[in-house]
Amino acid sequence: MGSFSLHSSCLAKPTLRWSNDCFQNLNSLKLSALQRRPNFHSRKASKVLAFYGLKSPPYKLDALEPYMSKRLLETHWGEHQRGYVEGLNKELEKNDILYGYTLDELVKVTYNNGSPLPEFNNAAQVWNHDFFWESMQPGGGGMPELGLLQQIEKDFGSFTNFKEKFIEAALSLFGSGWVWLVLKRREKRLEVVKTSNAVNPIVWDDIPLISLDVWEHAYYQDYKNDRGKYVNAFMNHLVSWHVVTARIIRAEAFVNLGEPKIPVA
Amino acid sequence: MALRAIASRKTLAALGSGLRAQARLATTAAAAAASRGLVTFSLPDLPYDYGALEPAVSAEIMQLHHQKHHQSYVTNYNKALEQLEDAVARDDAPAVVKLQSAIKFNGGGHINHSIFWKNLAPIHEGGGEPPKGSLGWAIDADFGSWEAFVQKMNAEGAALQGSGWVWLGLDKEFKKLVVETTANQDPLVTKGANLVPLIGIDVWEHAYYLQYKNAKPDYLKNIWKVIDWKYASEVYEKECR
Repeated sequence: MGSFSLHSSCLAKPTLRWSNDCFQNLNSLKLSALQRRPNFHSRKASKVLAFYGLKSPPYKLDALEPYMSKRLLETHWGEHQRGYVEGLNKELEKNDILYGYTLDELVKVTYNNGSPLPEFNNAAQVWNHDFFWESMQPGGGGMPELGLLQQIEKDFGSFTNFKEKFIEAALSLFGSGWVWLVLKRREKRLEVVKTSNAVNPIVWDDIPLISLDVWEHAYYQDYKNDRGKYVNAFMNHLVSWHVVTARIIRAEAFVNLGEPKIPVA
Repeated sequence: MALRAIASRKTLAALGSGLRAQARLATTAAAAAASRGLVTFSLPDLPYDYGALEPAVSAEIMQLHHQKHHQSYVTNYNKALEQLEDAVARDDAPAVVKLQSAIKFNGGGHINHSIFWKNLAPIHEGGGEPPKGSLGWAIDADFGSWEAFVQKMNAEGAALQGSGWVWLGLDKEFKKLVVETTANQDPLVTKGANLVPLIGIDVWEHAYYLQYKNAKPDYLKNIWKVIDWKYASEVYEKECR
């Protein structure tokens, strides 16, 4: 921790709520503001604030060219997602009821079983965008392999059929939202799911494997209104099957997808 | 009207061969549907150039918004209505119900955008001037002041999550003005059967993104410079007679 600069420690993973460096600087910034408040000297101890950071995508912002331009990523990550993070932190400053959650937990708690609290939009959008950047890689696309491909063929018939379903879902989503490849926990199968605005499958306790942002801001600068071209670029050149494989391997620790066929001696 | 002719010639010249082919396809499809007695809808012309609303709304946005977005709502609306007619003819109740969301979305998109184009005008043609007459007094009466009304519209528009519209509507039963928002392309009537739309502002990202990026509040502040009240005043006076 000591070797980290303030900047990188504040960009720490959302589960790391604060580091010593971060906390010191936050404290000194807040101290003058706190001192001006009338009840400052009657406070028992300085208040610790919930704090989520803006996580960088796992590649440079120009790495997804020409399918997703640097200019678009700078706006999408640097302005939209940063706005969601700052908005979330501002909302959480108001009281400490929602203090102490990991981002995953915060999303589920603020979803409130279908009547979302005001903080849900920002929390979920931060989560969604983190997941989205990680779902892509430079030189992505192509096909999944081995067990993941087998599971897709089992649940969709063929990889082509899955791809068609995914693209069709993206094109038929009205308004703003996300398209997901999800492992459904109860049904123990893969499905393509559409959600509106900020909703994501973890609120229903399902396990997402791929996400695609189909809010207009996700593609407008590069593709204008041509959502179809954007979705095809995503499927053919951006989606990271390595990450999806890692995600489904982890998911199998929670969802039994069937016994492996071990030959009996 | 000469201006419109020039504008449509200019816009036609700007069309690539692809779009011309698409337009031909749309007209033949429309002709085919019309020959069966089915009503088809068509993209209304703009009464001003694409660049006439600069710098509040850029020409690039106006062109894409009109020629691509609104056109696709019209095309898909006609397609959905044709499919609906077929489904009704073959007594296919599930298909009829399944088509409702496409009709609501695309039909709503056509209705909303048609009103939107009438709500806009270049500054030299009266865009930006607050309403006079009975509608102006009604705004003062129902919202306190013009500034309070604009602030309410902008606040509601900025707070809207995702895609949608912010409206100044008239409740024709109580003769009161209201500010409402609708999601996606839902027309104002989905918020109340007595609501008549007077002014609608598109807050879908496609309406401002290329120019304002994610600064939606800036878009809302600037669009008032080209909001025109002629259509709204006409509708208001007709309903409040």
